[in-house]
Amino acid sequence: MPETRPVPLPYRRERSWPFAPAAELVRLRSEEPLSRIPMPIPADPDLRVWLATRYSDVRGIMADPRFSNAPGPDEPRTRTRSATPPSLLGVDPPEHTRLRRPLTREFTVRGVNAMRTRIEEIVADRLAAMERAGPPADLLRDFALPVPVLVICELLGVPYRDRGDFRRRSDTLLDHSLGQEERARAAEETAAYMRALVQRHRADPGPELLGRLVREHGAVLTDADLVGLGSLLLVGGHETTANMLALGTLLLLRSPDQLAVVRDDPDAVAPAVEELLRYLSIVHFGVIRRATEDVTVAGRLVRAGELVVCSLPSANRDRDLLPDQPDRLDVTRRPVPHVAFGHGVHQCVGQQLARAELRIALPALLRRFPDLRLDVPFERIRYRDHALVYGVVSLPVRW
Amino acid sequence: MRVVVDRTRCIGSGQCVMTDPEVFDQDEDEGLVVLRTPEPPESARERMRAAVALCPSAAIRLEE
Repeated sequence: MPETRPVPLPYRRERSWPFAPAAELVRLRSEEPLSRIPMPIPADPDLRVWLATRYSDVRGIMADPRFSNAPGPDEPRTRTRSATPPSLLGVDPPEHTRLRRPLTREFTVRGVNAMRTRIEEIVADRLAAMERAGPPADLLRDFALPVPVLVICELLGVPYRDRGDFRRRSDTLLDHSLGQEERARAAEETAAYMRALVQRHRADPGPELLGRLVREHGAVLTDADLVGLGSLLLVGGHETTANMLALGTLLLLRSPDQLAVVRDDPDAVAPAVEELLRYLSIVHFGVIRRATEDVTVAGRLVRAGELVVCSLPSANRDRDLLPDQPDRLDVTRRPVPHVAFGHGVHQCVGQQLARAELRIALPALLRRFPDLRLDVPFERIRYRDHALVYGVVSLPVRW
Repeated sequence: MRVVVDRTRCIGSGQCVMTDPEVFDQDEDEGLVVLRTPEPPESARERMRAAVALCPSAAIRLEE
């Protein structure tokens, strides 16, 4: 069983309060902010990495071009990294710039604002469907997943009816407890699926994002580029938002005074979403980076070729970022420059879309079901312990 | 106070636009930063500092 594997430290959360990073990560942040740790993964049980836990070091590493996202010369691509087809997250500038530039205009603040009405409709439809079906419900399956899946399908031009298959592949790709072969197969299937879509848009470019990329950048983007970008947007575009919605709802259900603020005060929603992003930091570390030369971090020498993991949950609760009670959830806080979306040139390309979805979906859910509550004891909720993106396995609720 | 942006560094995160849409915008063609107000009023100083801190690619700086 995958669950019985020990959870590597960078993925670990506190058992008594599963929203918080493990006590060991907190200890390292004050005692040994850059530490050499084992990070056993199926493909390499002996893997060792440097773990950075302080805000300033984490931000520094993520913005430092001496740390590369690309695999080293003797490193199989799938050894340490997510097994998705090659794309933005696995390349450095200038190649990264070439691939990312065509996407930036798609995810501007204005561009995402133009999608708001459609997102509101999708959210309202899902809530109506939940109400029709009646309690109980699995909030992950019935709301938190379908909303971002519908949004990214419509945006990209991916048929919603294919969701069963790409959801299954996406879960496999992100699960680090699974074997190498299983994940590699899911990556190949993801690429094959996206290749067929890309070829369809090459022949007859549709009005959606994939079609626009073909029409406007088809001369500089190869089919392989488009397959990589499409796969990244499809997986990244729903996994993160879905898990934030479900885990965020669970956290708010455990914090009724904070929930009331998000439900009742429309002006409080945007800062509240930033606080939830910071507090939960569901992407544990994003990408493993490789030093391309010797670099000193926190007084220690990272040698060329060594790998570095940046703990985002730990960095986001560092007093250097937030001197005032960083471990307390306070949705009324003034937003701080958290690193939940990463930092540097690889910072999440879809962050404005994620924000819009969370800002629309969370208050809509809480207003539609004012007495939403868990349908199982809190202690019985199970979490995605080995997933690159943290969250709940399911969220049984009633109202 | 003068704001200077570097479009060659910009990655289009939109965090500056979120912080102060009167000062920052993103162009339609590339989604990269454009300045609407290169010399914002003194009352915007704190927001300008926030925009500098939030920018993931160090594409914004303040000149006194």
